[in-house]
Amino acid sequence: MSVVGERPARVVGRALVRHDALEKVAGRTRYAADFGLPGMLHAVLKRADLPHARLLRVDTSAAEAVPGVASVLTAKDVPENTVWVDVPGQTFQVGALKARTNVLADGVVRYHGEPIAIVAAETEDAALASVELIDVEYEELPVVTDAEAALEEGAPLVHEQGNLIASWQLQEGNVDAALNATHAVVEQSYETQFVDHAYLEPEAGVAWLDTDGVITVRAATQVIEHFRDLARILRVPDNRVRVIAPYVGGGFGGKEDMTVEPYLALVVQRTGRPVKMVWSRSESLLAREKRHPMKLRYRTACDAEGRLLAQDIGIVADGGAYALLSALVLLYATTCSQGPYRCPNVRIDARVAYTNHTPASAMRGFGAMQVALGYEGQMDLLAAELGLDPLELRRRNFLEGGDTLAVGQTLDTHVALPDLADRVEAALGPKPEPSTRGRRVGRGVACNLQPYGRCVWLNDWSSAWVGFELDGTLVLRIGVPDIGGGQASSLVQLAGEVLGVDPAEVVIHIGDSALTPLTGTTTATRQLYMSGNAVLQAAGELREELRPLAAELLEAEPDDVEFAGGGARSGERHVAFRDLIAAAAKRQVPWHRLSIFRAPGGDAWRSEASWRGRVFPDFTYGCHAVDLEVDPETGRIDVLRYLAAHDVGRAINPQSVEGQIEGAVVMGLGYALSERVVYEDGVNLTGAFAQYLIPTAVEAPEIEPIVVESGEGVGPFSARGIGEPPVGAVAPAVAAALADALGRRLTVLPFTRERVAEA
Amino acid sequence: MRVELTVNGERREADAWAGESLLYVLRERLGLPGSKNACEQGECGSCSVLLDGRLVCACLVLAAQADGHELVTVEGLGEEAGLHPVQEAFAETGAVQCGFCTPGFVVATADLLARNPRPSDDEIREALSGNLCRCTGYAKIFDAVRLAAGS
Repeated sequence: MSVVGERPARVVGRALVRHDALEKVAGRTRYAADFGLPGMLHAVLKRADLPHARLLRVDTSAAEAVPGVASVLTAKDVPENTVWVDVPGQTFQVGALKARTNVLADGVVRYHGEPIAIVAAETEDAALASVELIDVEYEELPVVTDAEAALEEGAPLVHEQGNLIASWQLQEGNVDAALNATHAVVEQSYETQFVDHAYLEPEAGVAWLDTDGVITVRAATQVIEHFRDLARILRVPDNRVRVIAPYVGGGFGGKEDMTVEPYLALVVQRTGRPVKMVWSRSESLLAREKRHPMKLRYRTACDAEGRLLAQDIGIVADGGAYALLSALVLLYATTCSQGPYRCPNVRIDARVAYTNHTPASAMRGFGAMQVALGYEGQMDLLAAELGLDPLELRRRNFLEGGDTLAVGQTLDTHVALPDLADRVEAALGPKPEPSTRGRRVGRGVACNLQPYGRCVWLNDWSSAWVGFELDGTLVLRIGVPDIGGGQASSLVQLAGEVLGVDPAEVVIHIGDSALTPLTGTTTATRQLYMSGNAVLQAAGELREELRPLAAELLEAEPDDVEFAGGGARSGERHVAFRDLIAAAAKRQVPWHRLSIFRAPGGDAWRSEASWRGRVFPDFTYGCHAVDLEVDPETGRIDVLRYLAAHDVGRAINPQSVEGQIEGAVVMGLGYALSERVVYEDGVNLTGAFAQYLIPTAVEAPEIEPIVVESGEGVGPFSARGIGEPPVGAVAPAVAAALADALGRRLTVLPFTRERVAEA
Repeated sequence: MRVELTVNGERREADAWAGESLLYVLRERLGLPGSKNACEQGECGSCSVLLDGRLVCACLVLAAQADGHELVTVEGLGEEAGLHPVQEAFAETGAVQCGFCTPGFVVATADLLARNPRPSDDEIREALSGNLCRCTGYAKIFDAVRLAAGS
């Protein structure tokens, strides 16, 4: 019996205190860097001083002579130094491309901060002293720092096979004919910037050699399944590597690719000793992957009523020096670049190029958020052209359930955008007056769509173990890494709902690739969807296995048995799980269950001629509005009010849903107004929070989240994912409000004071 | 050098190098990893502690400077029996997501409310402006401070 679609009654939908919160406020949670083992070494990396250079000589002899140094490893010491990244997508356009990343730089460094060597020593001080003595002789190579320039003939090559990492092309209808025949056409370019995740917990981990020769890495990661990548690097079988993710101090995509893990594992393999590595903030800002900057070029046409007729879109993304997840990020950008609007004629040319910048990879919004600046900017320009209210123009074009995107995916759940727009408009009221003379107030709205769950081509799955101890207490074993979004606690809440157990009494074991069933990555806004469904399935199946026994003990019909209050009941009779499980054990009725949830799959990209069809499981939609006050002289911006409406299908924990919306909006405001990783000829100049300005308590406005529950979504109890979706609409809403206040549109992010004052 | 200090009401001693920060000594020598190291230079507030009742970033104080002084860390904020009201308010309001900034925020909030039991919204923002959070957008942290101030 499936429980999906069943209406929740007891704990789902309630703002329960998350089970991990109490330990966290007490300071008792042991994050990756809060852990240690007796006799452990400390490891640090020697990183490239230049963005592009040949390594003529890497001399480690002086470094090795420092007292206390246990090992110094370079590329030649890594069993399998090359990690091949399969690039999904239209790879036929760029040859049979397999992208390559190196564990340690081999012969060439391609970005400032690329790891060259690992030093492990008895103390951190000895390791730091040693790493300074590694003598690297460089031969500088020409640097390419602009993605468009990198794709031109004769550009310096970052990799020998060329600078194009991946490309996606889409053509639907006849764009040229539509552009010529329509009422209004607007054309505009937009630019987004390099952004850092800036989670508070820097990359860290401890690794050791465990029983049976299993190399165990306990690290801050979103992906414990990198154990397979580590096994390949170490050239050992997969079952000799184990990754444990303790509670992670923020991820946002930055702990999706490996960080400290390969270096720790290599030192353990070489020395047999436990080892710890913690990156400094400056190291994290310098060299950990960033969000892709994109150059967007839009031509958009509509008829006299404001209905979209054509979108002609060009995207060029800066992928940095190694491929990582660039092809997938670009896929999200491509499929979402038409925005949440119907359009019969769409042409998209999207490319991502290598440069000598820090590699770009996953970050909250994953390509789908960058393009919102473009598609929403176009809606504003068209509204101005037609003299229509910006929200009214959008209303005339919103996607509806049953519509098909240019990529060929038909939307099979409700699209609540009209409702979201109505609620935002109703809450807004009149635009406020400026506080003083000389300042101006602007209002902007923006809508967006963001997929949740991984691309269906990846045939995603997640597993969950739900079971009772013999005393009747409930245990969950689920491999999910918890990066702070309430990933674990929402699963506890779901299991409690199905089995009638108070979530406060449930224990969940998470994030261990050897001991907890695998759930896939904590990325792509997928854990509630995937692992939530896995828990629902496991708990529901367990309940049904126990039902006949419970009915027998209660002397009732199985259908009359309800699981509630820490046991099973029928009418006035009640049997506690303590007694029910004792009976089950005696009678050999199973009292635990392992289940796998499989997402709908697909294999579209294997067909080279066409990749039309379903790409994502589903989308989450949003509508935001902002009132802000700007001083045109100084460029100072004060956000007066911020409304963010999203359809979440069903809110499993409303407090967590609000938390995701509020956090994403403020992260989006940082992206819109201040955050930027600055490079000069490939040299990263951003080394501290003093230079990388994330919003503080002073700048953050009070956010007004508007949570709509349409009852349609593909997660448990019809929930939709909400981790990434709210970040996308923020920058375009701010751009619209600035245009409203200043009469001029800014198109290059971030909208710093200098740029606003010059506008 | 030998450093002697009172930490969370207990007399503690540690051997430290002259240049070591108080944060390092707390985390690596005294077994108190509750105070977090997120920036190493006083920009994020994750290592906020009370030194003789004054709010400081432990990463900016030399262990030697704390010699002979009294220290309260997140681990010692609550009563023996349970959590400090500020800690309870943070859990209750959903002000905790990843939790890495939380120790610093609860110490900074406890300090604020000890000085100013009924802070205005602007005073809350000002008092917490030295503590960075990347998850919550601060909204539920403000809720937590208001709740704790009312309790």
